[in-house]
This record gives sequence, structure tokens and C-alpha cells, in this order.
Amino acid sequence: MLNMPDNNLIVETVELVKRYPMGRQELVALKGVSLRFCRGEFSGVIGPSGSGKTTLLNIIGTLDVPSSGSVRVLGETVERLSPAAAARLRSRHIGFVFQTFNLLPVYTAYENVEFPLLLLGMGAQERRRRVMAALEWVGLADRANSRPAQLSGGECQRVAIARAMVKEPALVLADEPTANLDAENSHHILETMQKLNQELGTTFIFSTHDDKVIGYLRRRIRLVDGRVAADETG
Amino acid sequence: MSWFVIKGILRDRSRSLFPLVVVTVGVALAVFLDAYLRGAQDSIFAATARLATGHLRVVPRAQAELGNRYDFRFTLKDIDSLVSSLSQRYPEISWHPRFRFSGVIRSRKTGLPGMPFTGLGVDLNPEGSERKRLRLGQGLIAGGLPESGGAGLGFRLAQQLGVVPGDTVVIVTTRADGELMEIPLAVAGIIRFGVTALDRQLLVMDIGEVQTLLGAGHRATELLGFFQHGFYDDRRAVALARSFNLQPAGGEEQSAPVMQALRDAAGFGSLIELINSATGLVVFIFVLAMAVVLLNAGLLNSLRRYQEIGIRLALGETKLQVYGSLLSEAFFIGIAGSLLGTLLGLGVSWYLQTHGLDISGMMRNASVVMEDVLRARIAGRTFFIGFLPGLAATFAGSALAGLSIFRRSPARLTRELAE
Repeated sequence: MLNMPDNNLIVETVELVKRYPMGRQELVALKGVSLRFCRGEFSGVIGPSGSGKTTLLNIIGTLDVPSSGSVRVLGETVERLSPAAAARLRSRHIGFVFQTFNLLPVYTAYENVEFPLLLLGMGAQERRRRVMAALEWVGLADRANSRPAQLSGGECQRVAIARAMVKEPALVLADEPTANLDAENSHHILETMQKLNQELGTTFIFSTHDDKVIGYLRRRIRLVDGRVAADETG
Repeated sequence: MSWFVIKGILRDRSRSLFPLVVVTVGVALAVFLDAYLRGAQDSIFAATARLATGHLRVVPRAQAELGNRYDFRFTLKDIDSLVSSLSQRYPEISWHPRFRFSGVIRSRKTGLPGMPFTGLGVDLNPEGSERKRLRLGQGLIAGGLPESGGAGLGFRLAQQLGVVPGDTVVIVTTRADGELMEIPLAVAGIIRFGVTALDRQLLVMDIGEVQTLLGAGHRATELLGFFQHGFYDDRRAVALARSFNLQPAGGEEQSAPVMQALRDAAGFGSLIELINSATGLVVFIFVLAMAVVLLNAGLLNSLRRYQEIGIRLALGETKLQVYGSLLSEAFFIGIAGSLLGTLLGLGVSWYLQTHGLDISGMMRNASVVMEDVLRARIAGRTFFIGFLPGLAATFAGSALAGLSIFRRSPARLTRELAE
């Protein structure tokens, strides 16, 4: 059970600061970022390279901890989580979509999508039902037995989306998901994500500087030099 | 999850094939070497026991102090009664008197210069076990066995003397009373003993005839004991010899009988210890070599699978779970490789046990008492001597290589996975 004071609040960052040591100096990637993301949002953090997008997504995804400030994800305070508890939170409630797909090359599309459910220790029948449903969502049920090398870039990214969605997570973090796709595939992918967001109510947070993606977002948070420069909805 | 891991191993040959081959070859070599060393040990002991020392040997104390250098003056007296008493006391051993002597032999026919020989008087009764033990029937090349007089000569000795069955040779040796004498002997047969050193030097006669010719009635230079089950049991032999030698010696101090186990009679004590520890050492070296190779394979694998491990960590697998699955892979590969290696090693060992390896060519000029055909021997421990070490080496290699997982920083995963 999620420990959430406000059922609609998925992520909350308060005065988030992240510093990286760079020799004797330090690089400050985030300089006091305060944001709230609610259930069902289709939002994105946009900005040029080095603006702190990936760092913010890493912290929200429990892959990193802030230097100061606080982050609550699905009711859990990230900076207080042990590595095992953070991994548990990721495996149960957070889906990831990476820019380079990152499928496991020796496994089929079906097995790649099945993997997160294996981590949850789900029974075989329920796994099969969910995996086939996820592949149906992304329109790849007929390619279930293909391996990544036999799929196009767009198909690989759709498998990656199915893998992120199969456990029906509360939150999906997508880091530049269209960076390696052509325009047609990008739109196809984004439409798929938008449909899942609407049908399942999953919260999507993108990190991107791709105009194609930005066009689909309902909320756009512009980061400049580690600070929130704009937060627009609509 | 196990099936998921197995599918990964089966499909990704670079992940499984090299470690599998290393484990299979390593385990097969360990199994084969164990069987080979055991077989070689048996071969040395069996040849030495049947031709020289028995599994146990009783000799006069003075002779025991001389080791393998025989002095004809030291003999066991009243040999029949000694055999009877030992048979009663140690029913698991069969006892057989032998009479060794030596001297110079020459042929009357060829007139070639004499050459040294070793004479062996044994019970040549067709019903007795000594003929069989010395494989005289199988080894007879020409003529007959000298059970009713004459001598059987090693085939190389006969070649050197230029004699054939029916010819007469003359031996020069010392009688029991110390007198040096020439004894003419008919060559009854030519024998291949299967041990090059003996084929070059040995002359066999019936012990009764030796006793008569040398004036040593009811005496023998030694009494050899053989375990009824046929194999040398070092621990038991040493215990029996110790218990016998604790008894108060009867008769004159110098001629009192002393019992020796094969390891002492043939000076094999250190060889037995060496073979026992060599087997352990060989297995240890193979395990170490396998572990080092597998460690390197594991390290290369970790680099090759860097991205895969990153994905798994990002998707919510803990480092411990990833490490555990790498160990599971090692377990499956270790089991498969160890099984294959054990089967392969046993197969080769079985072949060598059944068919043997003829080394008579190599032994032509050797003076070691050893069978001309080397055989491996598969014993109970041969079945598992490579299995557990193979599994352990695979585990150790993967366990060390997999530690790199714990150095991965989750904070860098997104950046690494974007590359």
C-alpha cells in the first residue's frame, strides 16, 4: 500500500538541490527545484543539455538522492530510502523508458515485457495475461516471439513502453524516448503513451528537448541552469 | 526466475559456452588424472607385489636390514611350520615361500662371457597360485615350465645368451654352506615376464629344486603374503606387520622373522604418500587454474553485460538479486560442465582401464619393476573428485567477477543507458 497523504499527489520536490563534486569545485545541477506532479499528468521537463533534466528524473526515479531539499515519490521520502527499498519502489510502482530502448537482447519481446513481473514474483497465468495485454496496448502482440534484433527501432521502443506499463505503475519516467526514432515512429510512440495515460490514468514525466514530444505534453516545465524557469499547462 | 536465467544461458553462447568448455575440460582432466594416478599406483604396486615383495613379506631380521640386497646366508628356517602358523593367525593373507639367489650365468653352447642373473625359486605346482601370480603360463614363449626340473629364462636373458629350450646353461652361485659352485641347468622354457627388468635378468626354478641344489632344505629367503581379495591395502598391511613385529622374536636374533608391508619392503612409503598428495595437488591446481580462467571470463562477461546489468538495476532488481542471478548462472553452468567433464573423464579413464596403454617400448632399458601395460583405475571417488571442485571453481570465478556489480552507481545508470 502506498503511504500517500494526498491521493492525487504522485511526486513532490521541495527546494531540491543536487551538487556533484568536480575535483576541488562542485557542479550544482539542481538549484532549489520545487515541483508537484499529480495522478494522471502527462508532463515533461524540457530544456537544453546540462539544464538538470536527467538529474531531476534520476532523483524522482529513486536512482539518486538529493544533496539537500526533499523528494516524496508515491508517499515515500526518497532521501530516506535504503538502496533495497528504492529498488522495491522502482520495481513495483515506477516504469522507465530510455532513449536507447535498452531491451535485454537475448530475450524475446514477450520475455522482456515479462521481466518486471518476474521481479514481482507474479504467478505464471497472471503474467501471461498481463504481458499479452501490454503487447496488445502497443500493437505488438504478433511480434511477441521476436527478439530485439528482429524488431525495428520503433517496435523496440514500443516493447520498452509495454515493459514499463505491464505492471501498471503509478508513474512512468521517459528519458528522451524519441531521440533515436524518426518522425513517424515518434508520433506513433507518443500517441501510444498518450492513450495509456488516458486509459490507465498513469502519470508520465518526460525529459526532453524534442519539439515533437513537447507538442504532446499537457504540462511543460522548463529548466534552465538547474532552476525552474517556467511551468506551463495546456 | 530460474527458467528465465537458464533461457539466457542457453541463448547467449558467449555467456555460457566458454565457461562450460573450461569447466568440462578441467573436470575431465581432474577425473582422468585421478584415475590415471590410481592406475599407475596399482600397476607399480601389483608388479612389485607379485614379482618382488608381496603385499606383506616375512624375512630374517638380518635380511630386513639389508633391504632389497639379498644375502643368501640369511634364510627363514623350518618354512612349512612358519607358513602354517601365519596362515592360522592371518587368514586374510595367503603365504608363499620364495627363494632368491644370484650369480653369473653362461651358455655352454655359445661360449659367450657370463652375465649376472637373479634366480627365483617358487612353487611351480600346477595347482598352486604362484604360477598364475607370476603369469608364467601366459608368458611362456617357447618350451615348457620347469616344474619338473631345469630353469625358465627371461626372454631377453635367453636372447643375450643365445639359448633355446633344450640347451644347457651353467650358473655359478653360492651354496647354503658358503661353497661357490657351478650348476648345469637345462633350459626348460623361455618366458616373457612383462617387466623389462626381469625379462633381462630372471631365471625361474621350482623352489624344491632350488632348495636341493643349494643344500637349503626347508628354508626360504622370504615368505610373501598376498591379500585374499587381491588388492594392496596399505593401512591394513602396515597394521598387520606392526602387530606381528610386536610379538617376541623366537630363535636367534639375526634369523628371527620380521614382517614388512609392501611400502617398507619396496621403499614405497614416500611414493604412496606422494601419490596420495599428488592427486590432491593435481585437483587443487586444476581448480585454481579453472577459477582464474573463469574469473577472467566472468570479468569480460561483466563488461559485455554492463548494459544489461544496468537495465536490470534500473528496472528495480537489487544488486544482491543481480549478483544472485549471476551465481545461479554459474551454478547451472557449473553443474552442466562438471557433469559433462565427469562423464568425459570417466569415459577416457574407462577406455584406459579396459584397454590399457602398452609402454613396453619405453621400458626397454628401464630397471623399474613395473607392468608393461599402464591402466587407469576408476574408484568410488573418481566419480566426484572433479564434480565439486568444478562447481566450486565456477562459483568462485563468478562470485569474484560479479562483485563489480556492487560498485555500480545507480545515479549514473540513466546516463550509462543512454550511451
